[in-house]
Amino acid sequence: MSRNILDENEPATNAKVHTGKQAKVRLQKRYARETRFRLMGLGAVLVAVLFLAVLLGTIIKDAIPVLRQHYITVTVPLNAEEIDPEGKRTAQSVSNANYGGLVKEFLREKFPAVTSRREKKALYGLISSSSNLTLQQKVMANPNLVGQPLQADVLLSDYADLYFKDSISSSSKIAAQGIASPVGTEGEVKILSTSNDFTNLIEEVKQGLSGQLRTVERSIEGQNRVLKRLQEQKASLEKSLPSASEAEKIELQRRLDLIAPSKASAEKRIEDSTATAADLKQRISNTNGSLAVGRDVPSYIVAINGGMVKVKQVSNTQIIGEAILPLSSEQDAQKGQWEITQISPPEGSRQISDAEIIWLDKLNSEGLVKNKFNTQFFTAGASREAEVAGIWGAVVGTFYTMLITLALSFPIGVGAAIYLEEFAPKNKITDLIEVNINNLAAVPSIVFGLLGLAMFLNIFGMPRSAPVVGGMVLALMTLPTIIIASRAAIKAIPPSIKEAALGIGASHMQAVFHHKLPLAMPGILTGSIIGMAQALGETAPLLMIGMVAFIVDIPGATGFAEGFTDPATVLPVQIYMWADFPEKLFQQKTAAAIVVLLMFLVAMNAIAIILRKKFERRW
Amino acid sequence: MQLLTDFFAVIAGLIVSPLGVVLLLAIAAYFITRNKAHGFYKQHDGKEVHSLPFYNAAYVALSIFVPPVLFLIAFGLIAPVIYENMVASAYQSHLLTLSDFQQTNFINNVFALSTGNITSETSAIITEASEYLASLKTVGASIRWAGAIALALVFGFLAYRSVGPRLRARNRVEIIVKTFLIVCSVIAILTTIGIVLSLVFESLRFFQKVPITEFLFGMQWSPQTSIRPGQVSAEGSFGAIPLIAGTLLITFIAMLVAGPIGLMSAIYLSDYASPKFRSVAKPVLEILAGIPTVVYGFFAALTIAPLIRGWGESIGLSVASESALAAGLVMGIMIIPLVSSLSDDVINSVPQAMRDGSYGLGATKSETIRQVVLPAALPGIVSAMLLATSRAIGETMIVVMAAGLAANLTINPLEAVTTVTVQIVTLLVGDQEFDSAKTLAAFALGLLLFIITLTLNVIALRVVQKYREQYE
Repeated sequence: MSRNILDENEPATNAKVHTGKQAKVRLQKRYARETRFRLMGLGAVLVAVLFLAVLLGTIIKDAIPVLRQHYITVTVPLNAEEIDPEGKRTAQSVSNANYGGLVKEFLREKFPAVTSRREKKALYGLISSSSNLTLQQKVMANPNLVGQPLQADVLLSDYADLYFKDSISSSSKIAAQGIASPVGTEGEVKILSTSNDFTNLIEEVKQGLSGQLRTVERSIEGQNRVLKRLQEQKASLEKSLPSASEAEKIELQRRLDLIAPSKASAEKRIEDSTATAADLKQRISNTNGSLAVGRDVPSYIVAINGGMVKVKQVSNTQIIGEAILPLSSEQDAQKGQWEITQISPPEGSRQISDAEIIWLDKLNSEGLVKNKFNTQFFTAGASREAEVAGIWGAVVGTFYTMLITLALSFPIGVGAAIYLEEFAPKNKITDLIEVNINNLAAVPSIVFGLLGLAMFLNIFGMPRSAPVVGGMVLALMTLPTIIIASRAAIKAIPPSIKEAALGIGASHMQAVFHHKLPLAMPGILTGSIIGMAQALGETAPLLMIGMVAFIVDIPGATGFAEGFTDPATVLPVQIYMWADFPEKLFQQKTAAAIVVLLMFLVAMNAIAIILRKKFERRW
Repeated sequence: MQLLTDFFAVIAGLIVSPLGVVLLLAIAAYFITRNKAHGFYKQHDGKEVHSLPFYNAAYVALSIFVPPVLFLIAFGLIAPVIYENMVASAYQSHLLTLSDFQQTNFINNVFALSTGNITSETSAIITEASEYLASLKTVGASIRWAGAIALALVFGFLAYRSVGPRLRARNRVEIIVKTFLIVCSVIAILTTIGIVLSLVFESLRFFQKVPITEFLFGMQWSPQTSIRPGQVSAEGSFGAIPLIAGTLLITFIAMLVAGPIGLMSAIYLSDYASPKFRSVAKPVLEILAGIPTVVYGFFAALTIAPLIRGWGESIGLSVASESALAAGLVMGIMIIPLVSSLSDDVINSVPQAMRDGSYGLGATKSETIRQVVLPAALPGIVSAMLLATSRAIGETMIVVMAAGLAANLTINPLEAVTTVTVQIVTLLVGDQEFDSAKTLAAFALGLLLFIITLTLNVIALRVVQKYREQYE
């Protein structure tokens, strides 16, 4: 072993064994190993710290945009005969008007050129579908508003909001050199330029196409690999088929049957991609001048004469496009009076279309779009609309659940700790209870959920999704933590305290409750807060008892006591549900909800630390 | 303002309930008795009086309060069962014409209708039965009131009559308090019994439908059974092997991350780090331990999984979007602090004298740690690893969010696997019929999980007890 300091080949009597050249080399090796070991240890700590930093960093980065939200100021006429046909001017009589229609009318007036059904639908989609409720509530709160125009800030839809936060597209301007002369002002518009602006544009489009081509080729390669593997699998299965037993044959056949459809779909995809690639190649190599600009390359928008033209065809001298905002005239535009804007990524791979971007920019340039602090997120309940959804419902549900957990686990936990530490005789039964509590602390939380489902819901018939059941399950789960912490705190009080009390005539019970317990309280409270923090972050057992339902109403809306039995959800479960939604804004809101949850946890742990620091006594 | 009215509404609601009335009675009795006790306490000048006035008063108040509370709890547990049986026997002739599923449905609808909830269907007979149920509930409410008040009055009267200088009130109060304390510690046992009973009973019902050998040794997991009787559907297969394999795969990856990193950081923090570094690094690890698992799940599903997929594809590997690697990696991060804090305790408990002895022989620090400290701490470290493994096996949210649903039997960490906990959640979240094999399977899986984690914990405990080197 090289670790042996004495080398066997050298006689031990040699005095140079610790000073010779070999010894120096050996020593250096040992020191090097020492340094390596030390660095490995440091590395391990740093890796853990790095993980924490990356985890918190990504979540906070996602959460920050949620702090603000974009609103649009709409002005709608409140015609008395439409809003309040009965003329009573009460909250009831104005509640049935078509407020959604008013918002749509506002948009139609802003963009008279939008006429087709599809375009209209896209236009209306820019404003959140909750806007009618906002208006309705405003009018119902003050029915006397009827008869005059109403100005209100309503939410933009989730992707419009994200567009203004620059998170779904980016645009860059391309300088235009020549004099542009448009032909036509609406529908299809042709624009000619005196300079070589459009030649450059062709190059850019071709670059976009080549990028697209590379992606398609890569995906063909990938699909080919998949196909090859499937074929290999099939071959090996078919080879083992004849020699298999009857039972195995069925299984093998089943697997073979599974391969066929995935093979077919892979083949289909390869075929489609090959066709796309061929088409792209043909478009790139096309030199005869005119090039189509489709949804697979970044879009180009020409701003000219107050209008916006989306480029559809480009050749060396002219472009043909669609006027999304009509031009005011066919006048020539000098250099500097018109410009080309590139919007990337390609329209086909982003959530928002070119037309929507142009409309939003128009509304923004009129000063109608406002960026405000996001109160919605903190005050609203759950919703399927990303821009409307908030955490208040989950926060209230958490409050009710935690109230039950605290009310049950604290007295029971402390009571059990006092009994086990002070009164329990040392026998088999108390040993059993001790072992049992230690094991209970290590039972997976989901098992407590199963207990809640089988016992509380199915045997006792308690309501599903209710905070009272959630609180009970979490209380059982936190109980071991509180018992263990409280026992440690009680044990830490020196016996002299109790003996002094007993000595002056207190009963055992009095000595414990009047003298030991007050001294142990800081430790007990610290342990309980840590236990509650665990319960606050727990999700799995609550899924079992149905707290995962989609609940729009805020629990306890009809009365405080009903809040305990109303269907509710809690913050961690809300996070779990939102994380599943595909919308990007939901992803950000999930991150924001996580930050709120972590802040609660930090606050609770801070209180625990302060308690410990302030009241901790060394005896 | 709203809060204030809510508050008063709650108080008013409490007062008109039997519990509230009993509570008010107890409070009133407390003051009356204390007055009386003060009377004879003064009369005797504190001599020859066994208990302080407080104990006399508390004894009467508890005598009034405790029996009705026990009665109310028992009533609340038993009454729904009695109602259900009475409705079932009154409508027996109707129930006999229905299938099992329709029977539970009928009862559920009757109960829902009588509390004004939404029902899945209404018919004349359901309305009629719910009216019958409502009349039963009115009778039940009267019994509840009468029973609670009567118990309070009888016990209160007996207690009050016994109050006097010779009454050993303090001892009686202490007996009541002690009984409460015993009940508290028994709840911990009851929880375990409840867990075991509910898991075992539901599992037994499951094993009546699916043989236990198929469950334990079956190679295929696809729990698709018919939801309604008579519905044509493939019979599900319930072989747990793929789930166990998936769980072990993810746990293995997690331990591969958490084991070395956790152990090395424990060594560094206990033997190398300066107190200043330690005071910063330890809280950081504690924060890592305090983050809810749902947050780790979100991180795994939305950050790590796409990252691994991207890397894999850039070097030409096909990576499932819900790969075992992503879930295992993040679970490993979650477990680092557990391994590190448990190992830290063990390493610190190796006496300094042993280290000093090693240094005295000329060993370097790392040689001391590897050849002296670690062997001495080995049982503790093994136990820490076992506890961490048990934690990884029982972890739910990370795998629910980041691991797959398909039960693939594979050891390729780049493919999607599913775990025991994921299947429990999938089987039980959403609408379910309680008697189907699908739902019961979740309890069998829960039992399996409970047994595995319990065994690991017990082994971890035994390892420490049996192989711990005793120093001092």
